[in-house]
Amino acid sequence: MADISVTDQDLHHGEDHGDHGHDDHHGDKYQSSFIDRYLFSMDHKTIAKQFLMTGMFWAVIGAGMSIIFRLQLGFPDADLSWLQPLLGGWIDINPSTGVGSLNPDFYYALVTMHGTIIVFFVLTAGLSGTFSNLLIPLQIGARDMASPMLNMFSYWFFFLSGVVMFASLFLNTGPFSGGWTAYPPLSELPQASDGSKAGMTLWLLSLVLFVVSVLLGGINYITTILNMRTKGMSMFRMPLTIWAFLVTAIIGLLSFPVIASGFFMVLFDRALGTSFFLNEIYVAGEALTERVGGSAILFQHLFWFLGHPEVYIIILPAMGIVSEVLSVHSRKPIFGYKAMVFSILAIAVLSFLVWAHHMFMTGMNPFVANIFVLFTLIIAVPSAVKVFNWIATIWGGNLRFNTPLLFAIGFVSLFISGGLTGLFLGNAAIDIQQHDTYFVVAHFHVVMGVAAFFGMFAGVYHWFPRMFGRFMNETLGKIHFWGTLIGAYAIFGPMHYLGMAGVPRRYYSFDTFSAFADFDMMNKFMTIAAIVVFLIQILFLINFFYSIYKGKKQTTMNPWEATTLEWTAPINAGHGNWPGAIPHVHRWPYDLSRYEDRDFVPQTEPLAEGEIDGGH
Amino acid sequence: MGFLVGALCIILFSVFLVQIGKARELASTVYNDKSEEYAINTFQAGFGMVFMIVFLLGCIASFVYYMPYILGWGPYTAASEHGPVVDRLFNVTLLITAIVFFITQFALFYFAWKYRGRKGSKGIYWAHNEKLEMVWMIVPSVVMTFLVIGGLQAWNQIMIDLPDDHKSVVLPSSENEHIEIEATGTQFLWILRYPGRDGKLGIRDFTKIDGGTNPLGQVWSDPNNIDDFHPDKIVLPVGKKVRVRITARDVLHNFYIRDFRVKMDAVPGMPTYFIFTPTVTTDSMRRRLKERPEWQVADKNDPNKQRWETFDYELACAELCGRGHYSMRRIVKIVSDEEYLAWIDAQEGGSLSAEGQVEGVKTQYFANIKGTAADVLASSEEMKNYEGIMAAKVKANAKIEAAAKDVSIMAQVQVPLKALRLATTAADAEKAFSEIDRITAGYSTVETPVMDTTAVADTTAVEIDTTAAPTPH
Repeated sequence: MADISVTDQDLHHGEDHGDHGHDDHHGDKYQSSFIDRYLFSMDHKTIAKQFLMTGMFWAVIGAGMSIIFRLQLGFPDADLSWLQPLLGGWIDINPSTGVGSLNPDFYYALVTMHGTIIVFFVLTAGLSGTFSNLLIPLQIGARDMASPMLNMFSYWFFFLSGVVMFASLFLNTGPFSGGWTAYPPLSELPQASDGSKAGMTLWLLSLVLFVVSVLLGGINYITTILNMRTKGMSMFRMPLTIWAFLVTAIIGLLSFPVIASGFFMVLFDRALGTSFFLNEIYVAGEALTERVGGSAILFQHLFWFLGHPEVYIIILPAMGIVSEVLSVHSRKPIFGYKAMVFSILAIAVLSFLVWAHHMFMTGMNPFVANIFVLFTLIIAVPSAVKVFNWIATIWGGNLRFNTPLLFAIGFVSLFISGGLTGLFLGNAAIDIQQHDTYFVVAHFHVVMGVAAFFGMFAGVYHWFPRMFGRFMNETLGKIHFWGTLIGAYAIFGPMHYLGMAGVPRRYYSFDTFSAFADFDMMNKFMTIAAIVVFLIQILFLINFFYSIYKGKKQTTMNPWEATTLEWTAPINAGHGNWPGAIPHVHRWPYDLSRYEDRDFVPQTEPLAEGEIDGGH
Repeated sequence: MGFLVGALCIILFSVFLVQIGKARELASTVYNDKSEEYAINTFQAGFGMVFMIVFLLGCIASFVYYMPYILGWGPYTAASEHGPVVDRLFNVTLLITAIVFFITQFALFYFAWKYRGRKGSKGIYWAHNEKLEMVWMIVPSVVMTFLVIGGLQAWNQIMIDLPDDHKSVVLPSSENEHIEIEATGTQFLWILRYPGRDGKLGIRDFTKIDGGTNPLGQVWSDPNNIDDFHPDKIVLPVGKKVRVRITARDVLHNFYIRDFRVKMDAVPGMPTYFIFTPTVTTDSMRRRLKERPEWQVADKNDPNKQRWETFDYELACAELCGRGHYSMRRIVKIVSDEEYLAWIDAQEGGSLSAEGQVEGVKTQYFANIKGTAADVLASSEEMKNYEGIMAAKVKANAKIEAAAKDVSIMAQVQVPLKALRLATTAADAEKAFSEIDRITAGYSTVETPVMDTTAVADTTAVEIDTTAAPTPH
């Protein structure tokens, strides 16, 4: 173990948290009761676990919903009356045959909820919330976040947001059913859809609470990273995870308020009779003569101004995690550290300039598309740099095939597959054909859905010992990985062909059109694959909870032989992370395989005489 | 019950797997040396190689298998003038991405195999290489440049609107003419509108929309509206430029015809457009499909026919619009000029004869409404008024025609005639008619039933206009 040569006098950043600086952190005076310690905890590690477990809860709900609507798509004639105990009135029973089928309104509600839940609750809160919280203080050498209190609020706003969304599932008129993008006028006119009644009100309320949660978290992450790095931790000595979390938080801070304003306008349109997004509408036998002058397209601009950065909010933390995991388990420095940092920054900047590529076919002035095509395809360049750098990281390594590494490799594979299909959709002329077909569904599920999940899994397997002092079972982890990788490609691979054949997304049934009715077999196959993948995730849950209590115990402080600071804190560290002084940093985080006699050099080890810091 | 058995199976299987996992863990602690780790590395990396090979071959095989269905590959080559441009761009991008895809996926799994941890192996310290990084920044940039330029050229060509001096006509005969039709999305059907013989669509006002009689809110004081008609399918002549005016009545919809590579959102209060030229008639498309084995099977809905015989282009909705989103189907037929003109003539609103108008008014109002959920006015007050007014006008026409040669009577009749024109209720119309009836009493009409429209075929005394049609209140 490296020599952590610091004394209390050297402490710079621990000072303003004087109460954390004691030698004994296990019985923190503010965290002594059960409720303070596990429920309303201010310890970033506990909050990270809260985010993770809440995210897992929502992942099960969100994925379970997809199984139900996949049943409808794969087996439209099957009798679903066995689901009646769960779904009640949403299963329509044919009175003469007794065959139960999914109510179309509820089908669309499921699709909508699946999207909303996975995008916001699982891949934003569950992924960024978990790992930003867990890793930022530990990897930069801080005792906790800049404001542990705000951090706690961030989680509880997320929790509250979840409660509201969950409540909407039990409404008589059903949860919101107009798609996760919630385009008005459908989302504003209760006359047009049952889901746009109380369901939409709760949906908006829930997401406004969610925006509050993201902002509280984001302010904290940025402040902590900029101000509370330990001595020696310059910006270019930060692990790529921290860079990713920092940029993610900045993007979130700049884009989430915009969608919040959009949500408020929708609320005003619904409740106060304004017409931000309504114009010349005749619905349910009535012309809304008072509701004119708005523009439905305006909402889409507001939505996608968040909506596109949102996909980077999802994928950047996964990229950071994967960079870290690939490097550690390949026993090699990440290739092109600075190029990786700059590509993260480039992606962040560009992510604000491409939103309208979701809107090529929405009636937006077609010539505006020119600029968005340009920026969208430019974003492929930093993305390509990242992919090549990951592959170059593996090249010449000494790979240890632990589960985290497998998931990181899986992430790269999926990111390539899904990223390349983005080149079709980003090109407006091709989008004429591909817009709103299954090609889009396949594209974003692979590149930001499954890939982000893989980043998350890589992180969970890698930092599980950091969280619980035990390991997850490797064999189950490997079964989980291969099953999920093969299964995910089995679901979403064929979907590309569905899109190439022009089959539109969000169709309850394909029977009406002869052009879209040729793919019964494929739909069955994808549904079965989805069910299998879902069951394999249950395996992950079993592994996760079993390992918390019975997993192999962590015996050394640094089991993966990583260089970063989080492994210098004791196993099951209490609030405050380091019982003694905070370690100082003397080198970049990727001194792996640098010296013949040593596999790795931790960041805490001072540079030897004449030694140059890596990464320069 | 089945649910429980299933759950039990899953639990048992999980327990089984957990046991396996535990056993492996124990085994590795027993051996407690690196050989176990190396064996795992080799197995996992090897499995990765197998996966990669099967995956990449599977991609090729599945592409070949689905080729007949992929647009631009099988029989579904684009049936419009701009379509092949879209298809070509797609295929160029497909080629480029496929090359990158195969190289990178191979490299990823092959390097993972090649550099797996083995006895005595060690990683190299290779942190960056500026030359290499420049290469993989510049190469994608250059490729992107080509894709952007090609894509934008095509896009701007396809999306540009017609110049102002372009004329919309029934059947274009020169470069400066096109057909203008309109499609309006509403939950959950497309209301189609053709401009009739004048080639011009009349103006609309959403406050005038009436679910039963005026589904689009056509403003009847605009003469261009008079001969507009609402067919139940789109029929277009092959090789003629079409501009579709796309609108929505309630929520967003999307006008999507797959085979023409046409797609555009329909937005309430903001008409959009798409311009295309169909190049393949429905008949020649059917003949093309006839060659394909997958189309030589009995049709699902009509077992007496083969599938290719019932093929039609289809208009669909491609923007989520509510519970019936998946069912907004309209047939699109591409025919020869002659067939197209014959079809226009057969649409009762399309003919300019008064007879055609009387019948056509009914047709155009009710063709798409009767029996649907929108049919709320079938027996309403408005409907009765409307029919009463029409009947009074027809009767009045017969009377006036009979007395047409008597100038003094014609002068007297102007006042009630004006009242009849302005009548908004059946009672008013009947009153005005009885006045006309009284004035023209000396002249007997030809002995025909009152509603016999042939009697009024040539009259111009009362313009059987549609301003008398019920208006929303």
